[in-house]
Amino acid sequence: MTIAIDISHLNKSFPVGDDVVPVLHDISAQVRLGELTMLVGPSGCGKTTLISILSGILSASSGDVSVIGKSILKFSDREKVLFRRENIGFIFQQYNLLPALTAAENAALPLLAAGVAKKQALQKAVDVLSEIGMQAHTEKLPRQLSGGQQQRIAIARALVHNPRLIVCDEPTAALDAKTGQGVMEILRDVANDQTRAVLVVTHDSRIYRFADRILEMSDGRIVGDHLPDNFVHKE
Amino acid sequence: MKFIAIKMLHGDGAKYLGLIFGVTFATLLMAQQVSIFIGLMARTASAIYDVSESDVWVMDPRVRYIEEVEPLRDVELTNVRSVPGVAWAVPFYKGLISIRMTDGLTQQVQLVGVDDVSMVGICPKMVMGDANVLRRPQAAMMDKNGFIFTWPDQPLALGKEIELNDHRLVVSAICKASQTFLTFPLLYVSYETAMEITPPQRNKMSFVLVKAQPGISAADLATRIHDTTGLQALTNNDFAWRSIRYILQRTGIPINFGITIFLGVIIGAAITAQTFYIFVIENLKQFAAMKAIGVTNAQLLRMVLLQTVIVAATGYGLGIGMTALFFQATKDLPATAGFILHWQVMGGVLIAISAISLFSILFSLRKVFKLDPAIVFRG
Ligand SMILES: Nc1ncnc2c1ncn2[C@@H]1O[C@H](COP(=O)(O)OP(=O)(O)OP(=O)(O)O)[C@@H](O)[C@H]1O
Ligand SMILES: [Mg+2]
Repeated sequence: MTIAIDISHLNKSFPVGDDVVPVLHDISAQVRLGELTMLVGPSGCGKTTLISILSGILSASSGDVSVIGKSILKFSDREKVLFRRENIGFIFQQYNLLPALTAAENAALPLLAAGVAKKQALQKAVDVLSEIGMQAHTEKLPRQLSGGQQQRIAIARALVHNPRLIVCDEPTAALDAKTGQGVMEILRDVANDQTRAVLVVTHDSRIYRFADRILEMSDGRIVGDHLPDNFVHKE
Repeated sequence: MKFIAIKMLHGDGAKYLGLIFGVTFATLLMAQQVSIFIGLMARTASAIYDVSESDVWVMDPRVRYIEEVEPLRDVELTNVRSVPGVAWAVPFYKGLISIRMTDGLTQQVQLVGVDDVSMVGICPKMVMGDANVLRRPQAAMMDKNGFIFTWPDQPLALGKEIELNDHRLVVSAICKASQTFLTFPLLYVSYETAMEITPPQRNKMSFVLVKAQPGISAADLATRIHDTTGLQALTNNDFAWRSIRYILQRTGIPINFGITIFLGVIIGAAITAQTFYIFVIENLKQFAAMKAIGVTNAQLLRMVLLQTVIVAATGYGLGIGMTALFFQATKDLPATAGFILHWQVMGGVLIAISAISLFSILFSLRKVFKLDPAIVFRG
């Protein structure tokens, strides 16, 4: 199987007051395993809404989404939580680390939630943190670390449970160019694993070159499917 | 996930203290006020239980509690003595009266007159001097707290002169009595002396104290005395409870305490609920992130419950500790002497605090359960 995500005829609208505002229009697309796919487009075009649905956080209005062969839109809330816990790693623009926990504890969270014993979970978290150059900071609290270091903790948290799909929303937006490059190099590495897919929402044209594929969105539709070289050229 | 809940709680020092404070405050207020209330009720009964030699109190049917006296005719003493089953019966005087000190100041006291021969009803514990001295006319005995109250800043000493209705009395002994409901000093004299120095009145005998013959229960004897004489006859327990019931029903005391306790519960609950709510609201993003990552509602519930138990237990422990310290520190003050923290009060407050804590997380929990994890993607 090479398809990580299969989207067909997906629609999403939000109720706003008495109205219903459509945000995603008849989206069909695929995300492949072993690739780093970027989702780009102007602000408000629906990127965050789309990845929220793909990762089982938001429900859809109609259509079908299959992630790693599972039709997640048919899941109950609880099934969605368990599916996310097992199969998806999240990286957010604002890191969303728990300030009271150390780097290792933060990174271990998905394992702890899945019921792995604290000791093993922390050991695994330290291993993953070490792989991405954070071995000196495993016992530090988020506020003692720089933005780039905090985002690395978030990356470790997204990888610690070996999920098949890693979903990132603007992972470099809060970072300077050089730190952002470092973060993308790690994600690039992850995507080279043929059993995993990385999906990155971004505005940041400086990181387009890390993509295998770029899906272009506009006004709630997918309007282009590019190779990065062509896309950079086009901009 | 347990240690995460604990770290989250401790991570926010100020709010953690705020939560603990709310529970501590509510605990302290409830435990202390309820204990004082119970202590006051016990004081009402203590004047009765301090008279331990007799089994039955006989009094006018109109008497509703110990501090209220309706004098009996002297002949009633003989009537009571003639009831079968009575081992002995002695007169007992109790009344409020004014004394004048040598410096001309006056002071209300509770005058107690005990039978000269048997001394039944005398103050149970001597501090200075000998109770038998009361058999002498002009001799009186005062309770220690009363002495301190009457002559503040003076060392306990015998020989103080006082005047009562133009009769001279000498404080010739000092004893230790349980605090009574009225905090006036207790002044003990012999029954004879009491009859002499109190204002002339047709009847003066306040109570008849009765001992049952061996093998006869106090309750049976009380019924028999009532049936024979038409007087009110109560066992020590019945009289104590009748006095307490009177205070509960006829005075503003229960209402005042009730209001304080109620306010304590409300304020404590409000502080705790609000702080908890703010705690959850401010950590909403963290809860959302956990939900997105795959922490279930059941796990979040367990975390919040654990946090609640920690806060409630800590606050409760501190509050109870502070209450105990308060009573320890004030145990020698006449106003609070004898007030203690009963385990029943501790148990009751624990139940109340648990209820308050659970109530205060209801709103917060709702918020966490309904929380849409999608907000983690929003700035
Ligand atoms: N919960 C919601 N209720 C109503 N409207 C919403 C909701 N969430 C998003 N929208 C609307 O849907 C549209 C797409 O929002 P979305 O956040 O997906 O855009 P985006 O492409 O991620 O933008 P950005 O690049 O600024 O993050 C916007 O017009 C937004 O106002
Ligand atoms: Mg967005």
